[in-house]
Amino acid sequence: MLLNINNLHVSINGKEILKGLNLIVNEGEVHAIMGPNGTGKSTLAAAITGRNGYEITEGEIWFKDELINDMLPNERANKGVFLSFQYPVEIPGVSMTNFMRTALNAKHEFEGLPILTGGEFLKRMEEKKQLVEIQAKLNNRSVNEGFSGGEKKKNEIFQMAMLEPRLAILDETDSGLDIDALKVVAKGVNALRSNNNGFVVITHYQRLLDFIVPDFVHVMYEGRIVKSGGKELALELEEKGYDWLK
Amino acid sequence: MIGKSDMNPSENKYSVLETNLIHSFETSLQRASGEQKSVREARMLAYETFKKTGLPGRKDEKWRNSKFDQVTDQSFELYSSKPGYTHKVSEIFHCSIHGFTTKVESLLNGWYYTPEEIPLNTMDNGVVVGSIQMAQKQYPEVFEQHFGKIAKHNVHGYSLVNTAFFNDGLFIYVPDNVHVEESVQLIKMVNTIEKLMINSRNLVVLGKNSHLSLMHCDDSINHQASMINTVTEIFIGENASLDLYKLQNINNETFLINSTSVNQQRSSRLKVNVITLNGGAIRNELNVDLQGEGAEADLNGIYLMDRKQQVDNQVFVNHAVPNCNSSELFKGVLDDESSAIFNGFVLVNKDAQKTNAFQRNNNILMTSTAKVDTMPFLEIYADDVKCSHGATIGQLDNDAMFYLMQRGICKRDARLLLMYAFAAEVADKIDIRPLRVSIEDMVKKRLRGELSICEKCVLHCSTPDIPMEFEIDMSKI
Amino acid sequence: MAEDKDQNNILEEVTSGEYKYGFYTDIEMDKAAVGLTEDTIRFISAKKNEPDWLLEFRLKAFRHWQTIAEPSWAHIHHPPINYQDIIYYAAPKKKKQLESLDEVDPELLDTFKKLGISLEEQKILSGVAVDAVIDSVSVKTTFRETLSKNGIIFCSFSEAVQEYPDLVKKYMGSVVPYRDNFFATLNSAVFSDGSFCYIPKGVRCPMELSTYFRINAANTGQFERTLLIADEGAYVSYLEGCTAPQRDENQLHAAIVEIIAEEGAEVKYSTVQNWYPGDKNGKGGIYNFVTKRGLCKGDRSKISWTQVETGSAITWKYPSCILKGDNSIGEFYSVAVTNHYQQADTGTKMIHLGKNTKSTIISKGISAGRSNNSYRGMVRIAKKAGNSRNFSQCDSLLLGDKCGAHTFPYINAGNETSVVEHEATTSKISEDQLFYCQQRGIDAEKAIGLIVNGYAKEVLNKLPMEFAVEAQTLLAITLEGSVG
Repeated sequence: MLLNINNLHVSINGKEILKGLNLIVNEGEVHAIMGPNGTGKSTLAAAITGRNGYEITEGEIWFKDELINDMLPNERANKGVFLSFQYPVEIPGVSMTNFMRTALNAKHEFEGLPILTGGEFLKRMEEKKQLVEIQAKLNNRSVNEGFSGGEKKKNEIFQMAMLEPRLAILDETDSGLDIDALKVVAKGVNALRSNNNGFVVITHYQRLLDFIVPDFVHVMYEGRIVKSGGKELALELEEKGYDWLK
Repeated sequence: MIGKSDMNPSENKYSVLETNLIHSFETSLQRASGEQKSVREARMLAYETFKKTGLPGRKDEKWRNSKFDQVTDQSFELYSSKPGYTHKVSEIFHCSIHGFTTKVESLLNGWYYTPEEIPLNTMDNGVVVGSIQMAQKQYPEVFEQHFGKIAKHNVHGYSLVNTAFFNDGLFIYVPDNVHVEESVQLIKMVNTIEKLMINSRNLVVLGKNSHLSLMHCDDSINHQASMINTVTEIFIGENASLDLYKLQNINNETFLINSTSVNQQRSSRLKVNVITLNGGAIRNELNVDLQGEGAEADLNGIYLMDRKQQVDNQVFVNHAVPNCNSSELFKGVLDDESSAIFNGFVLVNKDAQKTNAFQRNNNILMTSTAKVDTMPFLEIYADDVKCSHGATIGQLDNDAMFYLMQRGICKRDARLLLMYAFAAEVADKIDIRPLRVSIEDMVKKRLRGELSICEKCVLHCSTPDIPMEFEIDMSKI
Repeated sequence: MAEDKDQNNILEEVTSGEYKYGFYTDIEMDKAAVGLTEDTIRFISAKKNEPDWLLEFRLKAFRHWQTIAEPSWAHIHHPPINYQDIIYYAAPKKKKQLESLDEVDPELLDTFKKLGISLEEQKILSGVAVDAVIDSVSVKTTFRETLSKNGIIFCSFSEAVQEYPDLVKKYMGSVVPYRDNFFATLNSAVFSDGSFCYIPKGVRCPMELSTYFRINAANTGQFERTLLIADEGAYVSYLEGCTAPQRDENQLHAAIVEIIAEEGAEVKYSTVQNWYPGDKNGKGGIYNFVTKRGLCKGDRSKISWTQVETGSAITWKYPSCILKGDNSIGEFYSVAVTNHYQQADTGTKMIHLGKNTKSTIISKGISAGRSNNSYRGMVRIAKKAGNSRNFSQCDSLLLGDKCGAHTFPYINAGNETSVVEHEATTSKISEDQLFYCQQRGIDAEKAIGLIVNGYAKEVLNKLPMEFAVEAQTLLAITLEGSVG
């Protein structure tokens, strides 16, 4: 079992957003989480990754049979939790190369693997860029700075490829993408899918799920998962909207 | 403060004005006899401190480029007698900003000017307006609570002199929950054949949830050089709001210090617009103390100077508590040999987290003899803040000039349009529409060179023997 | 003063992450008596076998110094400095003039090795000539011969006084007069050594020149003086580094740097200032009161200052440019980092006197711990400096809620064809950026180092390669322990 969320309650500034959420993700599975705005989808992503200000008041998050409720964000990341941000932040002056190298070194250090040499690292960057079909010259650009919306999202997928997480959470990765960019992103994700990792795809629209086909679809409403099903559920939602679930 | 006490006693030489002040005070101690004990004590303390510090001069950083060192070798008459009520204010001063009625209060030579026997009015809604001298007797609680308690930042020789010497001034008290509909317009006039130093003191107190809009006009109505030294203390209670407009249009011989200190309580709002159109040397001090969370201060100024005029805006904002916003926008155009000083100082104290503070000063120099000194300071001790400041000194945008001229607009008009646009950013912030229209109009005329002190001047220099027979028709300016 | 040095201790100090240059070396020293009188000055002057005019210069400065007081306008606080409690001259004892490296005290060589500075030419980073100054005295200048082939003079100040007295006499004090300010006046009276550099007409200096300053002896002040002259059309890039041992008491450093750029000359002056900053509790550290000023004397000359300030308990320093020549250019790029109880009041002055002069100021202040970091800068455009331009950008970053970040710009302009723009922002380190890095597995401390280096990159990019790497490491080290 990769991720096991049990009766999760999360508050922001004392206001309860998640109200007893349960979710199990196994290796090799892709779970889609859908639901109307403001139901707590992004809060779920923030809680799993340990963002400041998201207070777990009740319940547990287990990752690979380890309770991660109180772990630092970087500890969770090193254990293999990756978040593709809805709004990737710009970090002026920090080059992508330097950034990725620092991140990869931290992971290697955590896993007790040797640190890559400069040459090995650059080679890895090139390989992964090809894997996710990103042509952009990233190396000397600052992290996300001056990137278009599409470039930022592609960059997230590229970083995912570099860090090879066990669990990847894609938070509204499709928002603001045109259909071509969406295809590139989806292709990257599909290339990274394996029996060894799992995905949680948070999305508003069925559209993305045409390209990243989920094994399970969950509908969130008011801080809980109110309905779960197979990929056909997404189509049903597309047709009927969310109102019938409330 | 670098004071006289730091000097070698043998070098302790007072300037002409300092000697003049010391002499006047010593020989006129009995004048304070009818006042509250606290006022008498405040006067004595201010005087004693003044004797040690003296008046600020070029060696003091905040006065380094100030023209006020020119007054220190002059003598002034300090105690003018209270003028009798001989003319209606409307005969002396006529403000006709269309569609804008105000309740006019006036000070003549620093004295509250009214036909009433008792110079203090209490209106139906409980608002009190009148002479500060009367107020300290009739409303000692309100007076004692605030007098001398607000003007405590950036105290200097002139503010001490004000406390020691003030003769009168305006007092306004707005009770809790009262929204004063009609703007109060304070007109300060100087009309004297003596060379006078006028020390007037105003106190404005706004209760909780109240609102007031106050126009503070400095106009001089004769050509006699004078020195106006005003201290205004303002208290804005919880959730109350004050709009303060300062209009300055005084003669080129007059030195004016207008020191305003504001204490803002929780969720209170202050909006200030300082509009300086003429004046020999004008120093506007604005000290804003944000003492309650959620308080907001929006401080704006325009200055349009020419000839040898000088304007000096000293703006201090003290963020003492968290969650307050302050913004400063001061813009000016300097022509001829005029000069401008801007010193903005934002202090964010250790606990004042979530502060937003913005500060901007933009200047346009029209000649190679005009000068600008700008010092936008930030001193920040809290980390969760958003503070920024910017200052520019430059000219009109060449590209914009070319663009306008390419559309067939002559150079002169293009310049005017751009200058007007430059100043309009501040004028736009005036909420009272008739006032805004009128000020925009004054700015336009001022920029066209049509408005100078002479046009609106009420001196009738050709017939100086009837200085009081005048009317200022604001519609003409 | 000779203490038994403990090899293990030294190693530990050197390898500890905090201040790795905090060791002390036992070198036989030649010192003046404690305190400052005319006799001290005569002693220094005699030690250095100086000509009369130089002694006169020192004495004039000393007499003036006695009449003035320490300035109080800077945003710094420190207990009064007892100027009579300082040793004004301390030099590694040498028996005779050094002819080769073999004659240099091995302890000294070792010291520089620890600092990562090799004085053996073949081992030096290619293309950098070094003048090493220890406790006020220049001990070794490398690559002199290579340089002299191009007519470049690069030697210690004392040697210059002996060998090129006309050049020294002509330029010394011409940019920073002995009456300039309290600390410059003090330096003018007691300066002991420093570097001298002259680049002749039309010569492009083929390598980076570098001075490495080190305070070693206890209780001493360091008062060095650097004079750098770029004649018409010359170019030089100059680097300056500095360290000091870890001590509980505060030590005074009051230096002067004067630069003269003649017509068409260009001087690039880079500093990585890493004097001992004191410990976590604010004990000890260097008081760094430095006057640095460049004169763009000729038309089209250019002086560019780049500084990375991470050390010192107190930094009081305003590398400035006087843009006298028409079309001359002044630049100031600065990163100042303060942590724990450090105080920095630093910035620049750009004085525009010539027509069409341009200046750029980029300042990045980073405050952490309980430190205070102030930018203080002046831009003055004279009436006659038509068509001049200045752009200033001064940003401050706050790490933690116990520190202070302050900005004090003074802008003064007096003509209608010039443009001055000043922008400044103050904010705390972005939580979004921190979380983003952490989500990628980077711990908070490393993430801060990364973000801060990115923040300062615009300035770090101006440093020569050799220094840029060192500076980046220093930024991260200085901020260690500033998290949480």
